[in-house]
Amino acid sequence: MTTLPIESAPPEALSRASGGRSPSPRSGRWRIPILIARRLVGAILSLLAIVLFNFFLFNVISSNPIRALVRNRHLDAAAQAQLRHEFGYDKSKWNQFLDYCNQLFLHHNLGISTYFTRPVWNVIADRIWPTVLLVGVSTILSSLIGTWIGIKGAWERGSAFDKISNGISVTLYSVPEFWLGLVILMFLAGDQVGLGWFPLGGIYDDDVNPASVAGWINIGWHLVLPGLTLTLGYLAQYQLVMRSSMLDEMAQDYVQTARAKGLRDLAVRRHHVVPNALLPAMTQIFLYFGFVISGALVVETVYSWPGLGLLTETAVSGADFPLLRGLFLLFTASVIVFNLVADVMLGILDPRVREL
Amino acid sequence: MTATDQPTIAPHARGSVVWRRRRAAAARTWFELWAEPQGKAGVIVLGIAILVAVLAPPLLGQNVLSIIAATGRPFQSPSLHYPLGTDEYGRSVLSLLAWGARPSLIIGFSAAIIAMVIGTAIGVSSGHYGGWVDTVLMRFDDWALNIPFLPLVIVLQALLGRGTDKTILVLGITSWPGTARILRAQVLSVKARPFMDRARALGASNMHQMVKHTLPNIMPLVLANTTITIAGAILAESTLAFLGLGSPSLNATSWGSMLDGAFTAGAVSRGAWAYLLAPGLAIAIVVLAFTWCGNALEKVLTPRLQSR
Repeated sequence: MTTLPIESAPPEALSRASGGRSPSPRSGRWRIPILIARRLVGAILSLLAIVLFNFFLFNVISSNPIRALVRNRHLDAAAQAQLRHEFGYDKSKWNQFLDYCNQLFLHHNLGISTYFTRPVWNVIADRIWPTVLLVGVSTILSSLIGTWIGIKGAWERGSAFDKISNGISVTLYSVPEFWLGLVILMFLAGDQVGLGWFPLGGIYDDDVNPASVAGWINIGWHLVLPGLTLTLGYLAQYQLVMRSSMLDEMAQDYVQTARAKGLRDLAVRRHHVVPNALLPAMTQIFLYFGFVISGALVVETVYSWPGLGLLTETAVSGADFPLLRGLFLLFTASVIVFNLVADVMLGILDPRVREL
Repeated sequence: MTATDQPTIAPHARGSVVWRRRRAAAARTWFELWAEPQGKAGVIVLGIAILVAVLAPPLLGQNVLSIIAATGRPFQSPSLHYPLGTDEYGRSVLSLLAWGARPSLIIGFSAAIIAMVIGTAIGVSSGHYGGWVDTVLMRFDDWALNIPFLPLVIVLQALLGRGTDKTILVLGITSWPGTARILRAQVLSVKARPFMDRARALGASNMHQMVKHTLPNIMPLVLANTTITIAGAILAESTLAFLGLGSPSLNATSWGSMLDGAFTAGAVSRGAWAYLLAPGLAIAIVVLAFTWCGNALEKVLTPRLQSR
C-alpha cells in the first residue's frame, strides 16, 4: 500500500484519504466485485512470476544440479550422464521450461524426491498437518497476546508497561528464533541443567496411537515447547503492529469527539479506537505469512517436529532439489494467496479502503 | 575536500562550502546520536564487537580452532582455564566465540552494503523518474517483498553452494526491497523541495540531480537503514549456518555455525549450557546494538517520529 504524498494529491484523493465520502460512480454495488477481480488478476500474475522464478532458480542458476546431487557418492561419467538425462537437464533451457510447465500445470506433478524416492507432492502432503497445527496454535496465541499488549501499551503510552513490553519485543526481535528454541529446550526438556518436564522432540511417542484420545494428549504435550517458542517469536510482530495501529487511530479527530461527548475512557477505547485499529492490524496477520513460515522452518528443526520446516531442512541436507523446489513453490504461492485474502478482507470489512 | 577561505568563488570552492556544511551536519548527527542513550549503548557495544573481530584472530592464532590440537576434553563445564567450557572436540568455547565475531560481522556489513547499493539505486530511480519507471520498479519491489525471505535465502544458498562469499551474495541480493520502498518515499519528498526546481531549471541532467542533490539528502536515511539491514543479515546468516548452510571453512566458524555444531553434537541433552548460551547471546547483543543505532539515528534524523 502506498501512501499518497498529500501536497501533490488532487482534492478528490485528499477527501478519499481523509475518509470523506466522495460518491464515485463505481463505488457502491460494484465496489467489492471490482476490488476482488483486480486483486485476483494481480495474484494470478504474481503466481505466474513465481513459477517463472522457480524455473530460473532451479534450472538456470544451478549450473550443474547433478553434481550437487551426487556430492558424496561415487558415480562415473556415464551414470552422471544418465542422471542428467533422467532429470531432463540435457535438454535445451526452453524445452526444460516447457517440460516444467507441462508437468506442473497439466499433470500437477512436482517431480520425484531424490531423498524419499516418492513423488514430491505426496511427501509434502504427508507433512502439511503438523505444520498447520503448530503454526495455527502459535499464531492464534501470539496474535491474541500481542494484540492485547499492543492495545494496552499504546493506551498507556510512555508508562512502565509500555516501555517494558516494547523492550521485550525489540529483544525478541533480535534473538535468533532457533536459539530461543534451543534455550527453552535445554532448560525445560533437557534433564542435565533443565527441568526435564517436556519431551526433547518429535510429535508423539512411539508407543501411543496418534488417533486415540491419549494420542491427542500426547501430541498436545509435545506441542507445548515448539508452540511456546513460536508464540514468543511471533509475539513482537503483532504487538508492534497493533501498537502503531492504535497510535494512528488515537490521533484521529473522532477520538477527541468521543471524549468531548463525555464518554468514559474505557468506552472510548473499547468502542471507538480498538475496533478501528484492529482491522488493519488483523489483516497484517495474513500479510506476515512469509514471516510465519520462516519461524516454523527453524523451530521445527530444533524440535524435530515432522512438518514442512523439518522437511525443508531434510531437503537441504540431502541436496534433494526436486523436493526443495516443491516446498519453495508451496511457500511462495501460499504467501500470495494469504495476501489476496488479506487485501480482499480489508476491502470488504473496511469502507475506508476504496481504491486498491 | 579542504575548506578554503578564498574570496573568489571558484567552482571547487563553492563545492567545498557544501561539503563543509555537510561535514558539520554529520558531526552534529554524531553528537546527537551519542546523546541518545540507545545510540550510545549501541555504539559502545559495536565498538567492542569490532575490536574483538579485528584483534581476536591475530592474538589467539589459528591453533585454537584446530580440532586436532584441541587441548581440553569434550563438553567440559566452565572452569578457570575454559571460562565458557569446551565444545564437542575439546576446543575452548571462549576462543571460538572471539573468532566468530569476524565472520558474523563481515557477512553482516558486506551483505548490507550490497543490499544498500541495490535498494538505493532502485528507490532513487523509482522516486526520481516517476511514471512508468516507478510503476514497473515498485511492482517488482512488491513482488520481491512477497517472497518469503528465509525460504528464498535457503534455496539460493543451497543452489549456489556453501561459502562466506556466497552467503554475502545471497543475503545482499535478497535484503533490498524494504529499503528501496522507504528510500523512494524520501526521494519523493526531497524532489518537491525548491532547490530541486533550481537544479532542473539550470539544466541539470537526471543523473546529476540524483547523484548530487537527491543522494546526499537521503544519505542519513540510507545510513539508518544500513544498520538495521546489517542486523537482519547477521540474524539470517546465523539461521543459514544453523541449518547447515554456513561456510565449511574452519576460519569462518561464525556464531551460527557454533550453534549448529552444539545442536548437532547434542549439547542440549548434555546440558552444555555455556556452549549453547554464549553464541546466541553474542548474536542477540550485536543485533540489538545495530537495531539501537538504527533507531537512534532515525530518531535524530526524523524529529517527527520522536513522539512515538
